[in-house]
Amino acid sequence: MDLKKYLIEITYLLASILFVFGLKGLSHPKTARRGMNLAALGMLVAIVGTLFHNDIINYELIMIGLVIGGLIGAAMSIWMPMTAMPQRTALSHAFGALAASLVGISEYYRHVVDSHETMEAYKMTALGFEVLFGSLTVTGSLIAFAKLQELVRGTPITYKGQNIVNLSLFALAAIIFIYLIFVPTATPLFYLMVVLSFVFGVLLVMPIGSADMPVVMSLMNSYAGLASAATGFAIGNNVLIIAGTLDGFSGFILSILMCKAMNRSITNVLFGAFGSPSTETGAALDGVMREVVADDVAVRLAYARQVVFVPGYGMATAQAQHAVRELGDALELRGVIVKYAIHPVAGRMPGHMNVLLAEANVPYSSLYEMDQINPELPATDVAVVIGANDVVNPDARDNPKSPIAGMPIIEVDRAQSVIVLKRGKGKGFSGLENPLFYKSNTGMLYGDAKSSLSKLVQAVQHS
Amino acid sequence: MSSEILISSLYVFALAAFLGYQVISRVPPLLHTPLMSATNAISAISVVGALVTAGANYGKVSKILGLIAVISATINVVGGFMITDRMLRMFKEKTGGSDKDKTGGSGSNHKGGRH
Repeated sequence: MDLKKYLIEITYLLASILFVFGLKGLSHPKTARRGMNLAALGMLVAIVGTLFHNDIINYELIMIGLVIGGLIGAAMSIWMPMTAMPQRTALSHAFGALAASLVGISEYYRHVVDSHETMEAYKMTALGFEVLFGSLTVTGSLIAFAKLQELVRGTPITYKGQNIVNLSLFALAAIIFIYLIFVPTATPLFYLMVVLSFVFGVLLVMPIGSADMPVVMSLMNSYAGLASAATGFAIGNNVLIIAGTLDGFSGFILSILMCKAMNRSITNVLFGAFGSPSTETGAALDGVMREVVADDVAVRLAYARQVVFVPGYGMATAQAQHAVRELGDALELRGVIVKYAIHPVAGRMPGHMNVLLAEANVPYSSLYEMDQINPELPATDVAVVIGANDVVNPDARDNPKSPIAGMPIIEVDRAQSVIVLKRGKGKGFSGLENPLFYKSNTGMLYGDAKSSLSKLVQAVQHS
Repeated sequence: MSSEILISSLYVFALAAFLGYQVISRVPPLLHTPLMSATNAISAISVVGALVTAGANYGKVSKILGLIAVISATINVVGGFMITDRMLRMFKEKTGGSDKDKTGGSGSNHKGGRH
């Protein structure tokens, strides 16, 4: 190895160390920003180091790529509204996976197609994983994006025999993959494998409902990382292996956490087509939903000792996070203790609600996790549910026949009284009945969450 | 030669997986969205592979694929780190002060979301 190569390797080593420090910083909001600056520095060092790579002879395309990519990336991060965070993340999984698969495809093309070389088994294995994971993540994430952006309808899109079609498609891709390891020169099969992975990505995410997006996002996060790690194996680059593995495991851990928070297995999320109209919805409930008006609610809130807000995806769609915080502030001014309860799968991606509330200037010391808030709810005067449904559905706890049985919930039904902000009288996204709405101490406040909250703020200030 | 590379790569992979598990399981749910965008930015390190593919004399196909790869990886590098920082800047322990969200708070005022 010549000196230059050593120096490049050292920049990679430095980058790897800085990446780990960066992620370590994320263990607390106070150290997070400094950590991420270190990680960004690591990235810069690695990129600059790579520019001195011996094989690079032409910088034109590199500069064009860096400038175009940099501009698009910067524009997206500056102008993307926080409520669109899940869409942006889905897109970025697609971009990351696309980069990894293209490097893999070009590596294969260069060696096998252009130079008519064969490929060592381990390298072919790595390339295969890279292309397989990468391609299915590209299309899978794009479908997730389309569902989140509501370009495609969010409910599961299913047909008979879907799982069999999907699994046989995947099995076919896997068989081709194994064959390629032994016969890497079977070029058409390689391309067929790429195409199959693209198709599989589409078919995998299509039947998954929007409410299950936190799991899908985490899985795609994981696959994109693993594709990068496989790239590292294929081109013998350790920093790629390290960074990709960190990403892959992070996504994997998040997927498990999300599944636990829904009491479901990953298989069930992927192949269960949850929330489709055909899902058994349980017996229709008797009773009436009591409608309340903003003025009455405001009085109840204003004279409460403790109020807990429980946001859900509805808060994001209504962009109501600022209005929530205004109401919280107005109440705190009157001496009410205000807390925010966050369910792990509230929203469309892990931590979605936390980011929105932070955007609205809610301090993180007021945000409570499910396990922290549940013991406090019986002593809470008013729990305000804002566009959340399943995560507060008592059926999950009480009715073993419910499709969401066993899912841990925020037990707002145990609070002294509950106010539910809801757009209309219809069922929630999953189509499940929610007995919470029929309880005698529950009041339904219908209308757009944002305007309902603004009315409440006004009324609280005048009471 | 190649089996040595494979073995050392597997070492790196196993240790990184262990380290990743240790580090990431300490990230609180509060920061799970920034975590996802941060790991996504970090794994865009595949840009280094893309740079070589685009800049080397590996042939026309490699150049085109490399260019697209550089663009999409760079989107994640730049966008990923910037948006992670934009999010992290918003997390505050206690409210008070007003200088803090110059760009952070402006996000939701822009159009382009849903509806």
